[in-house]
Amino acid sequence: MNFKHKYLFLLPGLLVLLGILIFPIGFTVRLSLSSWDSFYPALDFIGLDNYVRLFTDDKRFWEAFGRLSLLSLTTVFLQYVIGFSLALMVWKEIVFQRFFRVLFLIPMMTTPVIMTVIWRTFFHESLGPVNDLLSYFDVTPLWLSSELLAKFTVILVEVWQWTPFMFLLLLAGLLSLPKEPFLAASIDGAGPIRTFVYVTFPLMAPISIGAIIIRLIEASKIMDTVYVLTSGGPGTATETSSFYIFIKGLREFQFGYSAALSFTYLIIMIISLTIIAKILVKLMVRGN
Amino acid sequence: MKRTYISLLAVSVALMGGTAQADKWSDQFPHIKNTGDIAGECSYEAMSQKDYSGQKLTINTHAVPVMGEPTALHAEQFSALTGAEVNVIHTPAGDLYSKAMVPFQAGQAPYDIVFGFSNFIRDWKQYLEPVPAKYVNMAQMKDVTQSHIDVNTWDGEMIQFPIDGDRHYLKYRKDVIDNPEYQAKYKAETGNELRIPQTWKEYGEMAAFFNDWDWDNDGELEYGSAEVMKKDDLMFAAFFSRSVAYSKNPRVKGGFFFDLETMEPLINGPGFVEALGDWVEATKYVPPGGINFGLGDEINSFGGGQTLFSFSWDDAFVAAMQDDSPIKNKVGVAPLPGSNRVWNRDSDAWDDTYNQAPYIVWGWTAAVAKKSENHEMAFDYLCFFANDANHQADIAIGRFGVNPFKKSDFVADLYVERQGWDPEIAKQYADTLMEMEEGSTNRVFPLRVPGVFQFNSAIATGTAKALAGQLSPQEALDEVAAEWTKIVDRIGADTIREAYAKGVALEDAE
Repeated sequence: MNFKHKYLFLLPGLLVLLGILIFPIGFTVRLSLSSWDSFYPALDFIGLDNYVRLFTDDKRFWEAFGRLSLLSLTTVFLQYVIGFSLALMVWKEIVFQRFFRVLFLIPMMTTPVIMTVIWRTFFHESLGPVNDLLSYFDVTPLWLSSELLAKFTVILVEVWQWTPFMFLLLLAGLLSLPKEPFLAASIDGAGPIRTFVYVTFPLMAPISIGAIIIRLIEASKIMDTVYVLTSGGPGTATETSSFYIFIKGLREFQFGYSAALSFTYLIIMIISLTIIAKILVKLMVRGN
Repeated sequence: MKRTYISLLAVSVALMGGTAQADKWSDQFPHIKNTGDIAGECSYEAMSQKDYSGQKLTINTHAVPVMGEPTALHAEQFSALTGAEVNVIHTPAGDLYSKAMVPFQAGQAPYDIVFGFSNFIRDWKQYLEPVPAKYVNMAQMKDVTQSHIDVNTWDGEMIQFPIDGDRHYLKYRKDVIDNPEYQAKYKAETGNELRIPQTWKEYGEMAAFFNDWDWDNDGELEYGSAEVMKKDDLMFAAFFSRSVAYSKNPRVKGGFFFDLETMEPLINGPGFVEALGDWVEATKYVPPGGINFGLGDEINSFGGGQTLFSFSWDDAFVAAMQDDSPIKNKVGVAPLPGSNRVWNRDSDAWDDTYNQAPYIVWGWTAAVAKKSENHEMAFDYLCFFANDANHQADIAIGRFGVNPFKKSDFVADLYVERQGWDPEIAKQYADTLMEMEEGSTNRVFPLRVPGVFQFNSAIATGTAKALAGQLSPQEALDEVAAEWTKIVDRIGADTIREAYAKGVALEDAE
């Protein structure tokens, strides 16, 4: 086959890739070099002004990024621990195994925004059922009005919503593990804890790392939960990077600046997640 | 003023004349059962003469129920009368601006009619079709108050169609404030009179006194005040309502938000700081979680009998006065509280004198997209939306969010006859609103400048930080002022001044 023909066949795929991946990113970069806002809707060229503003004069973005790191690392850690525990529970033959497998997946199948509205109703401090019940014990926590508890509530809702995703991946991983290492461990007299520490966990490390990274990517975009539950409040206590970019872009209509925020955020996330993945490999994969 | 009242009475008699007879239209459209059709350029009868069969109208409006429900209801009626196909799209309040602005800027016209807040006018005006003269000159429009004509007008041209009227005022539990037993108790424990609060300090003292105990003996705890404190959810309007008494000095001209000459923000001046200090105190007498109350929560809280006071738009009051309300005819209306001193930026000192200023929070409005291909049908729809029969029915339903903006609305007997309000409350309501519309000369109007959302967003963030205790009131407003300065620099002081001057001219007019 002619060498040129090979490229001809590749061309449709390359064009699609260009259209759906490269163009939006390229346009975002171009937009970030403009001052497009509600008053001046045009792709002018202002150089790196938006980036200079971001790095020298926008403390709020960096505070939001710090908060995002705390929320996403905490939620993903909890999702991993709980998801792994649930997966281990239904991995082996237990009564109602199928029922539990489906039950654990239900939160993930619900619509996040709708469920967050329901959670917000639950936790409404004066009209919600949670405080109504707790008032019998003379306790009425400020779930959404206290800086600390508002973060806890966001974490709780995120963990509830997305632990099933972790459960699903980890259960799939467990079901695909080879039987031989477990037989060998059993013959050697290893108990359940030793089997888990020396066989199950190491064998699950690759899929665990994959699941954690996927969830970190998703968790780092946390937006709808914050938007519905707290609007980033009280004050800015639960404001995350995505929510802040949303405010700048679609509330204040500073398209140029929000494009600079988005692109910077993308670069930071690529670097951070690469580092996190390397650390996880080092920590979780035996022999490294 | 006397002449105004006489003419209003005449209008109201004419309107009420229509109430006595049900007609063919009220049989078909029960929404107007109290009045029947009322003759006019856009009445049911007039619309039934139009034929828009085969034409489609697309409307972007707010989510149900506030404004979204009447939009959909009148769309259905309009469709039945004219044969038009009307597609109503509902959008959350926070996204109304961008949902229209994105296609506007891209040169598209996915919506024939866009609903929004009237302070969008400066940013939207170049994309909107001015209201044609035949609508501007019709009798229905002549009944609209001057301040609401001004709201919808830019440089002498009506850009938005008046469909709603808004202002902030005080709502209180009349059965508590007028209760002799509570008056004696309050006097004994605080040494002060229990009365309609004249100042924000009085408001705070009374709200704190009536906080967290069951003062209406319904077995539930009640609280001092319900306010819109949720970040980014119209909280800027609540803050300005609390600020006007301390900061709008009738002896100082040339700007409330900015010094018109220098375009220097005034938002961190002592008057605003005092108001924010009061607001931070208010977090102690709102219901649990009140710091996260949006407008809907405020309506439900006060309208449901949970608090002594509230201040914002009409909706909470109308909800409280509906037939199914547990507190119908137990609530009163008054102007926003004032203050015993007001900041004078000319002398750089407090003027120790009583001051009160209404905050005319212009509300919902609607307009026709310039690029729409159905201008006539679109304007007919808006005209039909606001016709007298629909308007009278809409303002009686709290959740609709349609509030008085016609001169004929400010007549107490209408509310007594049609909605069963106590005559004293109806008079208080009509008089308070009328005084704000036409009586006061010390009013504040919202910002209508380019990038208004950036200014309001900065206010929301700063005040939210103070309410959450993250910053002191002064620190929070210094941060807001710094942010406002940056916005002015980015957009251009002259550009903002040119737009802001139009609002200042209204405020400074005697």
